[in-house]
Amino acid sequence: MKQDVIIRFDGVTKQYDGLVVLDDVSFEMEKGKFYTLLGPSGCGKTTILRLIAGFTEPTEGTIYFHGQPVNHVPANKRQVNTVFQDYALFPHLDVFENVAFGLRVKKMKEADIRDKVAEALQFVNLQGYENRRIQEMSGGQRQRVAIARAIVNEPEVLLLDEPLSALDLKLRTEMQYELRELQRRLGITFIFVTHDQEEALAMSDQIFVLNKGKIEQSGTPKDIYDEPVNRFVADFIGESNILSGRMVKDYLVEFAGKQFECVDYGFQPNEQVDIVIRPEDLEITAKDRGKLRVRVDSQLFRGVHYEICCYDENGNEWLVHSTKKAEVGEEIGLYFEAEAIHVMRVKEEDADE
Amino acid sequence: MNSVRNVYLFPYVLWIILCVVAPIGLIVYDSFFDIEGHWTLENYTKFFTPVYLKMTLSSFWYAFLITFFSLLIAYPTAYLLTKTKHKQLWLLMIILPTWVNLLLKVYAFLGIFGTFGLANAVLSTIGIGTKQILFTDFSFVFVSVYIFIPFMVLPIFNALEELNPSLVDAARDLGASAWTTFRRVVFPLTLDGVKAGCQAVFIPALSLFMITRLIAGNRVITLGTAIEEHFLVTQDWGMGATIAVFLIIVMALVVIVTGNRR
Repeated sequence: MKQDVIIRFDGVTKQYDGLVVLDDVSFEMEKGKFYTLLGPSGCGKTTILRLIAGFTEPTEGTIYFHGQPVNHVPANKRQVNTVFQDYALFPHLDVFENVAFGLRVKKMKEADIRDKVAEALQFVNLQGYENRRIQEMSGGQRQRVAIARAIVNEPEVLLLDEPLSALDLKLRTEMQYELRELQRRLGITFIFVTHDQEEALAMSDQIFVLNKGKIEQSGTPKDIYDEPVNRFVADFIGESNILSGRMVKDYLVEFAGKQFECVDYGFQPNEQVDIVIRPEDLEITAKDRGKLRVRVDSQLFRGVHYEICCYDENGNEWLVHSTKKAEVGEEIGLYFEAEAIHVMRVKEEDADE
Repeated sequence: MNSVRNVYLFPYVLWIILCVVAPIGLIVYDSFFDIEGHWTLENYTKFFTPVYLKMTLSSFWYAFLITFFSLLIAYPTAYLLTKTKHKQLWLLMIILPTWVNLLLKVYAFLGIFGTFGLANAVLSTIGIGTKQILFTDFSFVFVSVYIFIPFMVLPIFNALEELNPSLVDAARDLGASAWTTFRRVVFPLTLDGVKAGCQAVFIPALSLFMITRLIAGNRVITLGTAIEEHFLVTQDWGMGATIAVFLIIVMALVVIVTGNRR
């Protein structure tokens, strides 16, 4: 198990001009997996990428690569390649020379370069574009050139810095499939940085949710979506109804003025908690059949479902995703399973707010 | 609409005609007359005699030296400037001397390089002893480079500023050393700035005359000096004009050759 760890951060802190962007971060990444660093802008995700790539050195702590500390190893000596957010393709070189750049630096034989570049371009479906200028390529094509330029060097780890953010929605969804597929075919570690939670959920083996220079939660997309550890993660990943509540005892939680059975335990009696219920876990029923009684405030048709905004008698807002239509102003009941309630510990700093 | 545009066009056209087309026309016209005012082609045949060819060669040689040393100093300077915190301030410091009149700066060097000047004072203090610095090739090139450096730094600085820093990261990421990154990415992408700087230095350096007279004491004879001599001393305007025509042609060629921007 341990020999599969390819990258390890041990208490890594990074400051820029006294500003802490990464605060005592530790984690491990295994070989051959698709990792996503997810978080709002300024959370430190790109800094982690730059530390792994070797563009910057940690202020404190150690970064290990196959168990070897690499803090002072410059970028050009690392078995890591990057796909940049703006692609950073060399405008003075054509597609072939862009992809060949890393190989030429290594002084590879001309014939080998030709073969490898052709292979890499085929990998990203860009055969026949060798002599195009970068300026003549579309955004999606540039993206592929950037990927080809990185993977042609056969890195152990491929870093992707929000590579899809500049593409339109349709192309972005397509590229999500392609990247996932590419990672499977290459079998190398991908570290993908994004602020788009859907992207993260769709592609990753494991997600690190970051906020203010700290890792809030790490886990599989399902873990993170179903069992967010705190308000921030629940709020950042998907839409959710987050309420303050009180854990009466094991398997019994109180919120919105009522007590509900739940599946969570191990809290202090009467501990203050946050609870999350996902909008799609709420079911519309007749007003006296549900666990909660709410009044419909507004409704939006979203295509796959209706997004219904309701308020209960205590003034709490409830967001419901339902295929059934409701009438604005109507009183309805909301039903949910005990499993739909996710109880989270309140973080100390959040409790003050 | 059209008439409005014509109004704006007027000063430009007037300027071009009076200050560019007309003078060039007069120079070309003058070049076909000898000192007595007779129409002749002799000026042009005279130009291709060893005296003038040697002068041309020497002009090119000094212009090349001045451009070369300016570039050698200006590129690293511009590079350093883009890395500093208050780059606009440091850049201003480089530009500042261009606000001082050229003649004043040259006179200042007469004092510094003179027999009892600062340079010789330093030399004798460190035990080398007083040297003849003024009226040498060295002082001529030195002062010229000093004068021209801002014009070389500016376009290179701008080109470096426009360079996307993630391209440098990308090159490093792909395994390139700092030197390879410079050679294969930074320099090629700032070449336009280098060309613009070389134009801005080489072309005026070809026709320098004041510095040659004051600093080089007429030991360095360039085409610029020759033109001055013909117009002011020998009064042979025809020959002076011929040299000027030749210089204009060369300058045009330089612009065409170095000017193919992307």
